[in-house]
Amino acid sequence: MSMHLTRAGARGRPAFYNDPRIRSLAYQFVLCAVIAFLVYGAVANAVDNLRRAHIASGFGFWDASAGFDISQTLIPYSAQTSTYGRAFWVGLLNTLLVAGLGIVLATALGFLVGIARLSKNWLLAKCAAGYVEIIRNIPLLLQLLFWYNAVLKSLPDVRDSIALPGGAFLNNRGLFLPAPNFLHGFETVIVAAGVGLAAAFGFGRWARRRQERTGERAPVLWVTLIFVVGLPAAVFALRGFPLSFDYPQAGRFNIIGGFEVLPELVALLFGLTIYTAAFIAEVVRAGILAVARGQTEAAYSLGLKPGLTLRLIVVPQAMRVIVPPLTSQYLNLTKNSSLAVAIGYPDLVQVFTGTVLNQTGQAVEVVAITMLVYLTISLVTSLVMNIYNRRVALVER
Amino acid sequence: MKRTAVLIILGAFAFAQSASAQTLKTVKDRGLLICGANGTLAGFGLPDAQGKWTGLDVDVCRAIAAAIFNDADKVKFVPLSAKDRFTALQSGEVDVLVRNTTWTSSRDTSLGLNFTGVDYYDGQGFMVRKSLKVNSALELNGASVCVQQGTTTELNLADYFRAHNMQLKSVTFATANEAVKAYDAGRCDSYTTDASGLAAERLRLANPNDHVILPEIISKEPLGPAVRHGDDQWFDIVKWVLFAMINAEELGVNSKNVDEMLKSSNPDVKRLLGTEGNYGEQLGLTKDWVVRIVRLVGNYGEVFERNVGSGSPLKIDRGLNKLWNKGGIQYAPPVR
Ligand SMILES: N[C@@H](CCC(=O)N[C@@H](CS)C(=O)NCC(=O)O)C(=O)O
Repeated sequence: MSMHLTRAGARGRPAFYNDPRIRSLAYQFVLCAVIAFLVYGAVANAVDNLRRAHIASGFGFWDASAGFDISQTLIPYSAQTSTYGRAFWVGLLNTLLVAGLGIVLATALGFLVGIARLSKNWLLAKCAAGYVEIIRNIPLLLQLLFWYNAVLKSLPDVRDSIALPGGAFLNNRGLFLPAPNFLHGFETVIVAAGVGLAAAFGFGRWARRRQERTGERAPVLWVTLIFVVGLPAAVFALRGFPLSFDYPQAGRFNIIGGFEVLPELVALLFGLTIYTAAFIAEVVRAGILAVARGQTEAAYSLGLKPGLTLRLIVVPQAMRVIVPPLTSQYLNLTKNSSLAVAIGYPDLVQVFTGTVLNQTGQAVEVVAITMLVYLTISLVTSLVMNIYNRRVALVER
Repeated sequence: MKRTAVLIILGAFAFAQSASAQTLKTVKDRGLLICGANGTLAGFGLPDAQGKWTGLDVDVCRAIAAAIFNDADKVKFVPLSAKDRFTALQSGEVDVLVRNTTWTSSRDTSLGLNFTGVDYYDGQGFMVRKSLKVNSALELNGASVCVQQGTTTELNLADYFRAHNMQLKSVTFATANEAVKAYDAGRCDSYTTDASGLAAERLRLANPNDHVILPEIISKEPLGPAVRHGDDQWFDIVKWVLFAMINAEELGVNSKNVDEMLKSSNPDVKRLLGTEGNYGEQLGLTKDWVVRIVRLVGNYGEVFERNVGSGSPLKIDRGLNKLWNKGGIQYAPPVR
C-alpha cells in the first residue's frame, strides 16, 4: 500500500531536473548566457582593438560640428552650426520621406497593375504582364541610374526652364513650386478642416448604420464634400484669405525661392515605385487568384456588377493573402532606398554611413547605429502591417 | 534573422585579427604589396583597358614594391572610393593607402593613420562652364556645386561659401565619376575638387574646351601615402621610399644613369645608392634599395613628368612640387 503510494507520487511529480518546463528554462538561460558572453567578448575585443590602433571610439562625435552641406534638409541644418547628430536626423528624415512616399505610390500602382494583369482585356493583361516581367528582372540600381539620367537629360537647363502654370518652374535642377506662406488666422482654417473631417467621419458611420438597419441610403458623398472642403473654404474666406505664396524666380545661377523638389528625389521615387510595384502586382494577382471562383459567380448571380464584385467580394478576401507578402515588399522598398547613394540623394546611408563615417572614421559606431535604425524601421513597419493583418484576417463566427 | 546578422558582423569585426604590427613580414610572406589606390583618376591612379595601372600614386606603390622585392610589379592595386578608403586601410584590407589623400590632423590622429609624406602639394579649385561667364570663384553666390563625399573637398566647399557670405547648393555624390557626370549633364554650375583632379576630370568631359578652371585655390591639400598606426618599421619604409625618390632627383640620379652613378664618388650619392653605409638594412630592406626604386620606377621628377607633367596629357606645371632648391617646396631629409 505504502509502496503503491510512493510510486504514484513519483509519477505525478517527476524530479525537478526531469521537469520539461524547468529543463527548457534552464536551456534557454544557458543559451542567453552564452550569447551575452559572446556579445560582451565581441564588443570588448572591438573596443580594445580600436584603442590599440589609436582609432577614436565612442559616441563623442555625435555633438561635434558637421562642416558639410546637405542638399535636402527637412529640418533646419547648416554646415557650420549643426552637429553630426543633426546630420543623422536629416538623413533619417530623408529616408523616411522617400520610403513613405514610395510605399504609397508603389501600392497604388501595384494594385492597378496586378488587377490589370487579370483583366479580360487581352491587350491590357499582356501589357501588365510585360511590365512585371521586364521590371522585375532588371537590377534596381540600373533602373535608378536610368531614371536619374532620364530626368537630367530630358529636362532643359536652368536657363531654359519650362514655366508651368501657377508660377512653377521645371528644369534639370528640379521642380520649383510656389511655397505657401501661412499668415495670421490660418490656424482657424486648420481647426475647421479637422472639425470637418471628424464630422464627415461621424456622418459616414451614422449613414452606414442606418443603411444596415433600414436599407435607406444617405447622400454621403455630398455631405462629406461639404464638411471636408466647404467648411474650411468658408472659414478661409471669412478670415480674409490668410495665405500668400513665395514664388520661385530666376536667379543668376538657379531658380531661387519657392519650394524645391530635387531631381534626385524624383528619380529615386520613380525607380523605387516602379520596381516595387511590379512585385506588389504579383502579390495582388496571387491574392485575387486565391479567392475561390465560386465567390465571384455567387456575386454575379446576385446581380452585382464586375466592378462592385471586385471591390466588395474579391478584394476584401484577397487582402488576407496579400497583406503578409505586401509587408515584405514594404520592407524591401525601405531598405532599397539606401541605393540613393548612387544618384546623390542624401538619405541616411549617404549622409551618415557615407560622409559622417568617413569624416569621423568611426565605422563601428556609425554602422551599428545605421543597422539599428533600419531594424527599427522594419520592425515598426511589420508591427503596423500585423495589426492591419489581424483586422482583415478571417474571423470565425 | 536580422539580429543574428548583426551579431555575426559585430563578432567578425571584433575577432578579426587586429592590425598586424609586422606589415613588412606579412608583405614579404605574401610576395605581394597590396596598395589602396584611386581607380578613376588619370595621373594619380587609373588602370587601362589591359589592366595596367598608371599614375603618380601608383608609382609610389611600385617604388615600395621595388624596394622590397626588386620587382615593381609585385603590387596588387585595390581601387577605393574616397569614402571607403580609410576603412579599407584601418581594417587591413590594404597595406598602404596612396590615393590622392590629403594629410589632415584628424586623419593623422583619430582615424588611426600615419601620413608618411607628401607626394603632391595640391589645393582645391573650381571648374565652371565658359558660357556662365564667371571669372572668379567669388562670383559663385547661389550656384549649385557638384562634389564628392568623404573628402576634404566637401568641407572646404561649405567653409569657403560661408566665409564669403555666399549661398551654396551642393549636390553630393559617392564617386567622382557620378559627380562629374552630373556636372556635365548640367545638374550643377560648378564642379569642385583638388586642382590636379580638375585638370584630369576636365579631359573626360564631353567638350573639355567649354569649361574653365577658376584661378582661386581655396585650400591646402598636401596629398600623400598613409599607413596604419602601430607599425613603426613599415611607417619608416613607406616614408623613406618617397624621400629616396626625391633625394634621387636632387642628386641627379635617374633611371637612365643609375648604373653609372653607382661609380660616383659623391658621398651623398654613395650613401643613397648603398655603395657606402648600410642605410637600407637599417630600414629592414637591402643596401641597394634606392637603386631598385630608381632603376625600376624612376626618381620623383621622372615619375611626376611621366604621370602628370609634360609627358602626360594633363600637362600640369610642377609649381609647388619643384624641388626646394628649384623654387618649389619638395624637400626630403638626407639619407645618412
Ligand atoms: N584630397 C581630397 C580629395 C580626394 C578625392 O577623392 N578626390 C576625387 C576627385 S580628384 C577623386 O579622386 N575621385 C576619384 C574617385 O572617387 O574615383 C581628400 O583627400 O579628401
